[in-house]
Amino acid sequence: MASNDSIKKTLTVALSLCVVCSVVVSTAAVALRPTQQQNQELDRKTNILQVANLLEPGQSVDQQFGEITPRVVDLRSGEYVDDIDPDRFDQIASTQDPAMSRTLGGGQDRAGIGGRVENYATIYLVGDPENPDEIILPVRGQGLWSLMLGYLALEGDGNTVVGLSFYEQGETPGLGGEVDNPRWKSLWPGKEIYPEGSNEPAIRLVKGGVGSNTPDAEHKVDALSGATLTSTGVTNLLQFWMGDEGFANYLARFRDTSQGA
Amino acid sequence: MAKTDTARGLLITPIFQNNPIALQILGICSALAVTNSMSTSLVMGLAVIAVTAFSNMFVSLIRNHMPSSIRIIIQMTIIASLVIVVDQLLRAFAYDLSKQLSVFVGLIITNCIVMGRAEAYAMQNGPGLSFLDGVGNGLGYTFILLAVGFFRELLGSGSIFGITILQTVNDGGWYLPNGLMLLPPSAFFVIGLLIWAIRSFSPQQIETSEFKITTNTKPHTAQGSV
Repeated sequence: MASNDSIKKTLTVALSLCVVCSVVVSTAAVALRPTQQQNQELDRKTNILQVANLLEPGQSVDQQFGEITPRVVDLRSGEYVDDIDPDRFDQIASTQDPAMSRTLGGGQDRAGIGGRVENYATIYLVGDPENPDEIILPVRGQGLWSLMLGYLALEGDGNTVVGLSFYEQGETPGLGGEVDNPRWKSLWPGKEIYPEGSNEPAIRLVKGGVGSNTPDAEHKVDALSGATLTSTGVTNLLQFWMGDEGFANYLARFRDTSQGA
Repeated sequence: MAKTDTARGLLITPIFQNNPIALQILGICSALAVTNSMSTSLVMGLAVIAVTAFSNMFVSLIRNHMPSSIRIIIQMTIIASLVIVVDQLLRAFAYDLSKQLSVFVGLIITNCIVMGRAEAYAMQNGPGLSFLDGVGNGLGYTFILLAVGFFRELLGSGSIFGITILQTVNDGGWYLPNGLMLLPPSAFFVIGLLIWAIRSFSPQQIETSEFKITTNTKPHTAQGSV
């Protein structure tokens, strides 16, 4: 055993172990990467289909995703951008790129997304891209513990909610974590983001329940019980993403055309 | 605690008699984090079984060539490589579960059971026996995880493996779930109760006290002075 402790042996063993281990690890990483990317892609598409209420169990996700067109939107002007490929564009990573994002001034970062917001966002149009049945927008914001990432689906009028769903959140299980509860999510369809003729989002969560005789019931959703801070986070992130820094400019086009017609 | 070198003994004893969590109190950290549902507990258990078994086997294979000065680093390297491979496999083939387990698969590296078995068993025994010892200890870990997960998921979410057993109030049923059960501290209570149950069942697992508390011999007059 004494020879094991010589410098030569120590170095040889250490080096050969490193080589063997690195080969094993990198083989696994490289060989499995395509499957992993497929999974991520599938997961993303499933989330989008789910929020749009289009997911039919038993049918291939890719096939169902066929009627959805991804587009990149410039959040500042609300215009479509054609020189960014929506399949390759990483929206969240782009907040780190000064050319693709801007700093939010004091008090503007209502959603708590780290003081920077991207200039471009990937949105998904269901049906005919010129006259979509549904518009699916990515939203995110700080809850109590975590950054909540999700999608908001609106009807073709750019105002009526189809659904809100978070695909990543780390809120308290049983309290704030109930943002995933299907019963709570079923409160959202039919709610309206903007009041008549305004660009200021009015949608928010309120305590104490929303009944048929609540004033402005179409803009209010029952808050999560026992989760004030998560509920405030949801309100803030919706107000931010539906506001001027978010999709307000883009959505205005749908409301204008629908009012004009 | 009887040393058993038979294959059967190696597999069975760590489950009850020499359970790594209940008797040796190792690997508690991850047991707290991943046991709020049965399915994550099971996958975490399987991942630990795989890592412990193969790390034991590889450590045992090269045990006669290991310079003692870098012994621990070698074990860590082997364990870390295996954990990365397991994590990659989970991401490829059980994506949803790996998303729920998130960092805790990576943290198997720091699970004391893996390192403990490599150092305590694999360094002295052959690869075959070491492999079985790893499987056995992994099973012991899985057993506790599943037991804790059973109570936490049943009382916290009213379900077992995601199948509803007690219909919760939020879903229109009658059962008011115990929110504490979904938070990590509840695992402490459940593990504590399990250790109590196991030690009541087989009292030879109770540790002898390391020291006795003697009566206070200090004169009472000393009170109040610091």
